[in-house]
Amino acid sequence: MSSNQGKLKPSSSELDLDRPNIEDYLPSGASIQEPHGKLRLSDLLDISPILTEAAGAIVDDSFTRCFKSNSPEPWNWNVYLFPLWCFGVVFRYLILFPARAIVLTIGWIIFLSCFIPVHFLLKGNDALRKKLERVLVELICSFFVASWTGVVKYHGPRPSMRPKQVFVANHTSMIDFIILEQMTAFAVIMQKHPGWVGLLQSTILESVGCIWFNRSEAKDREIVAKKLREHSQGADNNPLLIFPEGTCVNNQYSVMFKKGAFELGCTVCPVAIKYNKIFVDAFWNSRKQSFTMHLLQLMTSWAVVCDVWYLEPQNLRPGETAIEFAERVRDIISVRAGLRKVPWDGYLKYSRPSPKHRERKQQSFAESVLRRLEEK
Amino acid sequence: MGNSSSMLTQYDIEEVQQHCSNAFSQQEIVSLYKRFCQLDRNGGGFVSSEEFLSVPEFAVNPLSQRVLRMVDGLNFKEFVAFLSAFSPRATLQQKIEFIFKVYDSDGNGKVTFNDMLDVLHDLTGQFISENQRKQVLTQVLEEAGYTKESLLVLSDFVKILGSSGLKMEVEVPVD
Repeated sequence: MSSNQGKLKPSSSELDLDRPNIEDYLPSGASIQEPHGKLRLSDLLDISPILTEAAGAIVDDSFTRCFKSNSPEPWNWNVYLFPLWCFGVVFRYLILFPARAIVLTIGWIIFLSCFIPVHFLLKGNDALRKKLERVLVELICSFFVASWTGVVKYHGPRPSMRPKQVFVANHTSMIDFIILEQMTAFAVIMQKHPGWVGLLQSTILESVGCIWFNRSEAKDREIVAKKLREHSQGADNNPLLIFPEGTCVNNQYSVMFKKGAFELGCTVCPVAIKYNKIFVDAFWNSRKQSFTMHLLQLMTSWAVVCDVWYLEPQNLRPGETAIEFAERVRDIISVRAGLRKVPWDGYLKYSRPSPKHRERKQQSFAESVLRRLEEK
Repeated sequence: MGNSSSMLTQYDIEEVQQHCSNAFSQQEIVSLYKRFCQLDRNGGGFVSSEEFLSVPEFAVNPLSQRVLRMVDGLNFKEFVAFLSAFSPRATLQQKIEFIFKVYDSDGNGKVTFNDMLDVLHDLTGQFISENQRKQVLTQVLEEAGYTKESLLVLSDFVKILGSSGLKMEVEVPVD
């Protein structure tokens, strides 16, 4: 498909970045055409449009495409490129990787030897402690970024600490958080993870005001909503960062935004993150890979290249609902990062779609039957 | 780096092609195989209904349960044969046979009034009452020269749907 586009528009890579792909916005039940005239038996028995839709979804669907990892283009396909590629592999695994591991270890040593004393000795001086901890968290995130030679270009004004504003970004991997965190110590809302990530969450990241939740716990939602509201009002709290997609998407699509971040009555500052897949696909497919494996993959690649745009802050317009607001912000981010929008909730990875969607299709079919029954 | 499609040999592909009476090109079969493996998350060699329903676009289809009954537990060869009715190369007869099979839930080659009513129920849900559905169906059946008691066979379906410009084609994305 992309080759087709390439033929039509020679400079499509430039254009694609700035153009929304609204045409891919799925119509619901649009395939059921609107024929006229009196209802005949063949009209009732002809279920081919709906069957075609079903078979089309079996063959290809926009939801699965959101979570598909892209394997890197192989380029080692000839006699002189192959040795070059082999050399690259040896270099990446035997020189680059150990060097990066050392950098990361040094980073942790520095971080922990400062963080622990600061955390325990400065108990009495909260303001100073918070400030130092913030700087240290930014520091360790910089070490992380260095450990995969992150080449990150930040565009737009750097976020500052102000109450009543919340940052929302598209989500590709947990490293989004690290990349944003190295510039500004955000307080992030995140799924509680198991293992060493969970340990970091509950010890270090707690100190910058991060909020954790369990996706499966219904009562967590209310608690998180309450915490969010409290946090966003506090004057000297770190700015809030939310990934409203609620799940990692492969950086080519964007799934529906959860409305939570848009109901706080705060200014919403969109952040768009676009990864360049030239060296490595930064998409973290948490079903296939642990986060440790994901990090190892990044640390053995040449570099992680990405662009971060801090975009124009947005406010709820009069008469706009939280859902419309969320969609508008998703538009802004998707256009900037060149993502295709799909009308699906990312949580469908874990659950089934609501019967509402099916009912809409049934309703449109029923209406057309009834209308044509009356026609003579 | 090998990907899953390289596991299909030319011999395999030809076998599948024969099984679906050449409804798909070799490239399309390779694509379908990739898709099949993607859907078959636990790698059991078949796609379970649970796995089909994880595709939201499929799960919201009003006829998904009916289609599921036909595709549940198919291996790749049967899966392609199932989809062959949607190929542009399939004949009108094959497409109508497929539709007939959707209606003929007990597979005895006859479609009863209730079979049609069931499908109509799936299509319209709560938006038309059961009585009204019966009434509509009876009316159009009679207008077409059948009655409530008629048992429709495949040739009836061919007669009814054959002239209605059936369009039932799915494009297999090929890269």
